Amino acid sequence: MKIDRRYFLSLGIGAAAGTALSPLPWKSMDDSSIWSQNWPWTPVPPDGEATYENSTCTLCPGGCGITVRKIDDRVIKIEGRKGHPVNDGGICSLGLSGAQLLYSPTRLNGPMIKVNGSFQKISWDEAISKIAEKLTDLRLQGKSHTVAAITGSPRGTVPNLFKRFLDVYGSPNFLYPSSFEDSYSHLAKKTHGQKALPGFDFENADYILSFGAGIIEGWGSPVRMFRANSNWKSRHIKLVQVEPRLSNTAAKSDKWLPIKPGTEAVLALGIAYVILRESLFDQGFINNRTDEFSAWREGVLETYHPARVAGITGIEQETINTIGREFARAKKPIALCGRGEGRTSEGIGEIAAIQALNALVGSIGIRGGAFAVPEPDYIKWPEFALDETAADGLNQKRIDGAGSNQYPDTDSLLHRLPRAILSGKGEPVNAILIANANPCYTLPDTQTVIKALKKIPFKVSFSTYMDETAALSDLILPNHSYLERYEDVPVTWSLAKSLIGLTIPVVSPQLNTKNTGDVIISIAKAMKGSISDAFPWKNYTDCLKTTLGKYWNPLQNNGYMKISNYNPPEKMTKFVFQVPDKTFPVDPEGDEKVLPLILIPNDSMRLSAGSTGSPPFLMKTVSDTVLKDNDTLVQVNPNTAKKYGLKDGGYALLKTPRGFKKVKIYLSQGIGEGVISFPRGLGHTAYDKYLADKGVNFNELIGPVEDPASGLDVAWGIRASLTKV
Amino acid sequence: MTQEHRKAKKFGMVIDLDKCTGCGSCMVACMAENNVPFRENETDKLKSITWMRVYKLTNGKPYPKEEICYLPRPCMHCEGHKGHSPCVTVCPAIATDYDMDTGIVSQIPTRCFGCRYCMAACPYHARYFNWWDPVWPEGMEKSLSPNVSPRMRGVVEKCTFCFHRYQLALDKAYAEERRELEEHEYQTSCTQACPSDAITFGDLLNKNHAVYKLKKSTNAFRLLEKLGTNPKIYYLSSREWVRRAGDNYRPGEGTGKIKSHH
Repeated sequence: MKIDRRYFLSLGIGAAAGTALSPLPWKSMDDSSIWSQNWPWTPVPPDGEATYENSTCTLCPGGCGITVRKIDDRVIKIEGRKGHPVNDGGICSLGLSGAQLLYSPTRLNGPMIKVNGSFQKISWDEAISKIAEKLTDLRLQGKSHTVAAITGSPRGTVPNLFKRFLDVYGSPNFLYPSSFEDSYSHLAKKTHGQKALPGFDFENADYILSFGAGIIEGWGSPVRMFRANSNWKSRHIKLVQVEPRLSNTAAKSDKWLPIKPGTEAVLALGIAYVILRESLFDQGFINNRTDEFSAWREGVLETYHPARVAGITGIEQETINTIGREFARAKKPIALCGRGEGRTSEGIGEIAAIQALNALVGSIGIRGGAFAVPEPDYIKWPEFALDETAADGLNQKRIDGAGSNQYPDTDSLLHRLPRAILSGKGEPVNAILIANANPCYTLPDTQTVIKALKKIPFKVSFSTYMDETAALSDLILPNHSYLERYEDVPVTWSLAKSLIGLTIPVVSPQLNTKNTGDVIISIAKAMKGSISDAFPWKNYTDCLKTTLGKYWNPLQNNGYMKISNYNPPEKMTKFVFQVPDKTFPVDPEGDEKVLPLILIPNDSMRLSAGSTGSPPFLMKTVSDTVLKDNDTLVQVNPNTAKKYGLKDGGYALLKTPRGFKKVKIYLSQGIGEGVISFPRGLGHTAYDKYLADKGVNFNELIGPVEDPASGLDVAWGIRASLTKV
Repeated sequence: MTQEHRKAKKFGMVIDLDKCTGCGSCMVACMAENNVPFRENETDKLKSITWMRVYKLTNGKPYPKEEICYLPRPCMHCEGHKGHSPCVTVCPAIATDYDMDTGIVSQIPTRCFGCRYCMAACPYHARYFNWWDPVWPEGMEKSLSPNVSPRMRGVVEKCTFCFHRYQLALDKAYAEERRELEEHEYQTSCTQACPSDAITFGDLLNKNHAVYKLKKSTNAFRLLEKLGTNPKIYYLSSREWVRRAGDNYRPGEGTGKIKSHH
């Protein structure tokens, strides 16, 4: 038989048709899909004994109580702790994702040193002696003051161990990121004669006037604020939100005042004008408890007539009158500020204007009002001796100018560090220790921050995760996760009574990590002499136990404790009016002619904008009007879009004086013409594929704008342009 | 049958949209409780598995008249007419069923063969298909709960009203020689987590449960009631336009009247 081409083809076609008609392909397809469904990569979580342990969350400054559900020694879920004074069972989405952070592959396993641009593992002993040697070296050269440390907050034992270490070592450069609390503290020095933290008795207030505070967007202690907000809804208490954008807080408020961005304090003084003009203020409080009232009154009546204020703020004169009357006639009104989460500072003039409203109606230091809460003072460590080098070093000027003659009441101006390093003036920074902070992501003008930090020859990170700052460091000494360590958590944020929480190691350390407190004590001990002497504790747990003293046992059993029933001393219930100067509104950076739009950030409970990166669960909740694939969407009013030829979902180039990014357009009626916005918390370059390279980091597009009174960075927005691409 | 000793229940939820802030806690509480998988890109919301999803509604008016309302959407656990939920009636594999004792629409992933009829039948988009096998980053499987089996590729999954919590609570009650549960003993993960106390969960038939009273509010409405799905999720809103968004009313018809109660 001749096998030609035609025969070959028909044989092939016949075979194919025959097979297709038989059940064979269908059966094997079915079998293979069932078989592959049963491949062992779908995990079967092992069962075991279920237990619950109480601890404290540290993922934001809120200080919520958590209950950790465990199966044997695995953490499987984190829930809000019932009966806890801060959150009473409620919990936010970040807190709920804690187990994903504990078991995250982005966690650092053991100390590492950078050699020729890549990290190599070293032992803890080697790592600690490396730092001790380097720091001893600098000290011997008389350069102790060129060492700096950045911690996430100035409060609690671990930050204070860093501070103590720098003191006895001989450096004044203890830095931390500033927030709304710092601006308030600065004002309290003027109005109460001593630094204090802002506290508000929201639970007993009956009228809330919020100047941009993201009450349900993470302001203060977030879950406590959610609870307060629900409580207002049940009691039909009016919430007035002053904000340029229809945020969730604005959407949930009873009255939203869509204001021109940056002019909030002007509106506050316009409202004050109404209360003054109509004599609606609390005469008794003004007479007995305030100073400088008449000078302030004159200043307000001279400059802040509602007609003029309406022109500046875009809020109608009639509305200003109504709000003024409502606020003054309420029994327990509270005015508050701190834009968004309040993690950025606010001008002292602005806070003074808003706080003056509380003073006008006598809502200071009383039930249902605003409180000035003193800093927690449970850390009382023995005095230590400074050697000559340390004394010399401490006498040097701080690198950021905080505490100088210009800003005597400011403790830290972290935003100035990059420029101080890059300017080349003064002493360079030779070494930096960074704990519980991620300045290479959270500081404004991030690219400059990274450039500056790269210039520091010895950077030590104490991060738990491979974040942006750890990736840039020369040495990493990873901390335990908050579920693996003891640490005190002073909760100050907006509570009328401060509270200490304690994190409890609910699981043993999963990786080769060490409590940062222990590491600092070990470094000090390795350096011998006066430095070692200043750290008399065996280890960090010993330090914590000694520090907390009689509080230790109750804290360990209970997980939290109220320091005392705070009855404000008399000076904390007084108020000194600050005659409004011309320092606000602070103008945003940039030239209006070239950059006609104003870009403002927004905060969201569904993204973590702080030093902890958003875990995968959190990223899953992010709306597709915020992030689509890897693009950030910028919220734009349709009229603005029309003007610049932008289309919904189209690409555009977003330019600010600090940089430019390709973004997508999201048309929305929740924002006014000429203003655009997108949230903080995206655009990480470190972490894993669930978070890295997604969207734009807002901080890269904004730069610091300083408050003349405090030097703090009070930028609330920046000029920008959008061009279709 | 153990159930003979107990009166039939109808578990349901009342969600106060005036209190809901759209924070997303319920979504994450659900994911963490039920081993919901996640992928590198979760921005395609048609493929992103969220048993509980919070929708954003707007009134469609121009700035500054726009209003926003968030609406959390778990499975509605429709009763339909005598247990004929839209999804249950179409399932060829009895992988989903209406439980007359609890009013819970179950989902048994190992029975499901992925035809997705139920997804087509569900008017609430409450069901999700596993297009891929779930993969957890190395080490993160440790956070998985043994109470809920992770699902394989090719099956449908949805909210179960945390049925495993009901079973655990019942086991505990039996051990204590009780037949009935207190209201607080069986609560879903989302209810428990909500920082605003916007979600209330309980037996819609039990006069002593909070949901019994709440569902009778004049602000109450259910979604797409006109389809006859008879859902067990009630929403409360003081805003007329939000109630109208439930899509139950003819133009000009007043809101706030639930057509058929449980």
